[in-house]
Amino acid sequence: MSQIFASGLVCPLDKNNVDTDQIIPKQFLTSVSRDGFAEALFYDWRYQADGSANPDFVLNFPQYNGASILLTRANFGCGSSREHAPWAIQQYGFGVIIAESFADIFFNNSVNNGMLLISLSGANIEMLFNRSKQGPQQWQIDLANQEILLGNNGAVGFSIDPDVKQRLLSGLDFIGASETLNPQIAEFEQNRRQQLPWLG
Amino acid sequence: MAKTLYQKIYQSHVVGSLNGSTDLLFVDRHLIHEVTSPQAFAGLKQAGRPVRRADLTFATMDHNTSTQIRSYEAAGETSRKQLEALAANCAEHGIKLLDLHHPDQGIVHVIGPELGLTQPGMIIVCGDSHTSTHGAFGAIAFGIGTSEVEHVLATQTLPQQLAKTLKIQIDGKLANGVTPKDVILAVIGQLGTAGGNGFVAEFCGDAIRAMSMEGRMTLCNMSIEMGAKAGLIAPDATTFAYLQGKTYAPSSEHWDAAVTYWQGLYSDTDAVFDKVVLIDGSRIKPQISWGTNPEQVIAIDQPIPSPDDFTDLIKADAARRALAYMGLSAGQKLTDTKVDVVFIGSCTNSRIEDLRAAAAVVGSQKVAAGVRALVVPGSGMVKRQAEAEGLAEVFKAAGFEWREPGCSMCLGMNDDQVGAGERCASTSNRNFEGRQGRGSRTHLVSPAMAAAAAIAGKFVDLSNMQGASA
Ligand code: SF4
Repeated sequence: MSQIFASGLVCPLDKNNVDTDQIIPKQFLTSVSRDGFAEALFYDWRYQADGSANPDFVLNFPQYNGASILLTRANFGCGSSREHAPWAIQQYGFGVIIAESFADIFFNNSVNNGMLLISLSGANIEMLFNRSKQGPQQWQIDLANQEILLGNNGAVGFSIDPDVKQRLLSGLDFIGASETLNPQIAEFEQNRRQQLPWLG
Repeated sequence: MAKTLYQKIYQSHVVGSLNGSTDLLFVDRHLIHEVTSPQAFAGLKQAGRPVRRADLTFATMDHNTSTQIRSYEAAGETSRKQLEALAANCAEHGIKLLDLHHPDQGIVHVIGPELGLTQPGMIIVCGDSHTSTHGAFGAIAFGIGTSEVEHVLATQTLPQQLAKTLKIQIDGKLANGVTPKDVILAVIGQLGTAGGNGFVAEFCGDAIRAMSMEGRMTLCNMSIEMGAKAGLIAPDATTFAYLQGKTYAPSSEHWDAAVTYWQGLYSDTDAVFDKVVLIDGSRIKPQISWGTNPEQVIAIDQPIPSPDDFTDLIKADAARRALAYMGLSAGQKLTDTKVDVVFIGSCTNSRIEDLRAAAAVVGSQKVAAGVRALVVPGSGMVKRQAEAEGLAEVFKAAGFEWREPGCSMCLGMNDDQVGAGERCASTSNRNFEGRQGRGSRTHLVSPAMAAAAAIAGKFVDLSNMQGASA
């Protein structure tokens, strides 16, 4: 059974090693709130020094207005652990990122916010970039069957960690899930106090 | 079955299985700072959850603070609010906080070890990617996001999956003027910024054994820059000697038992790693980054590469963009290139040994005209020691600014920024576009190289300098 997790317009960001300093620069990290980061996304690329929109940055191209799937390359989200990065991406409107690979902490942070991050081989990423060069793309993501549906012409399968897939499909509260092991945590703490008393 | 050090520590922390391949791991130390924690505390409040182990949680203020004066107000209105939020959250939950006015306040990854909070065999997390630093003590230490900070505050555990293991063996004696910073830059240059993705990297070999704890921390600190989940070094006599007598280290009553336990923390000789890299340490030269990510690095005596040198088209394109951003051309020598700013600091290189190495290069010389140079000690303890040893005087007499501890110009969240188009010799860990200020041009180097650049007003090949060491 096909089950559409997300669908929408694809914005291609043709870069490797996009770091979280680019995704959201430091001046936006002084906030104590979880909201209000959409404007900050890719700030130094999106806006020129005088504050006007940078017409050469892909997010500002009119054909990608309203995009909800971000297509990019290897090692996306490297650098600082700031969860403000996935918050900004999500609040801007992206729910899915497709890349050759992701930095570890960024990947976890995104999943913890219910975003789907799909890693594909370099060859498949190249193919998807070629496709997006032919004109704006509307794709659908079938998470249950692990497929990106590319309009009328085909699909690309992807693999995903089964635990991550389960969490995304069921929208589980991950603190709540761990709390079901509270008795084991208490037992662990007690053993540790006995065996390694200097740890506190 | 033979196990790696990482696997041993991981397995000793499994509380239970969540589902499939995800385990719930116990966390021994949770370090927090002002930038990545406020939303976590807000989440706890919303759900009505208490902090499970305030006694294992330690807080500092470092990212968003002024390094000119010790005042909440000094870095601006929104920064003040963030600092006050941390103070209020710590007070509410009974968490020990080293606030701006505490004598031992400093960068989270500098104070953890020097207070003895960081110990072998632990799992240590912090909402900060350079938590990898603490792996120098033979602990599994890694950065987490704010949702995970909330999870650890609530449960003192974290869901994890076993990572792949990477062994980086560095043998041989480092040449004169070559420091741990040069070693890790050379490793990242070789493996690339994504070379460690999905791996925990264990550094071993006699070049590592010969390093001080400060040097090992520099190495593990930057293991995140090659994408590794964590860096790790098996503890040894150097580790134990460093820890003995530290505030939160095991007391004399437990010391012998602790050391016995720590001595069992090593990778079995027949343990199988998923990937092994062998490096001849004696061939490493002083390194400098030329581009906008830490793999774009060369030995100081090499010319800047041309984009055409890269067979990978994407790397070639990245090189082209980096050269344009950095205002450099292929073939240029960085030893001919002027610097505007010098920053000695950050969790990579702001420890006492780093300041000693920098001061030794400075000697009685002066900072070159037109260069703005800063030394920002990593913590109150480092600052006091540097003052006691006369290092502060060396810097001040040379024309360096001598600051209060904090992250400072490493990320420029406060007013310590590099201007657009300015070139900075920096001992920090990231040379990303705009990291030190919009349009800033960062070159990552060792403290000795940064000091030499401050004096010469341009980059210097330290192997040509008399008396350079450390
Ligand atoms: S010194 Fe720099 S890298 Fe280290 S914790 Fe502070 S901001 Fe992060």
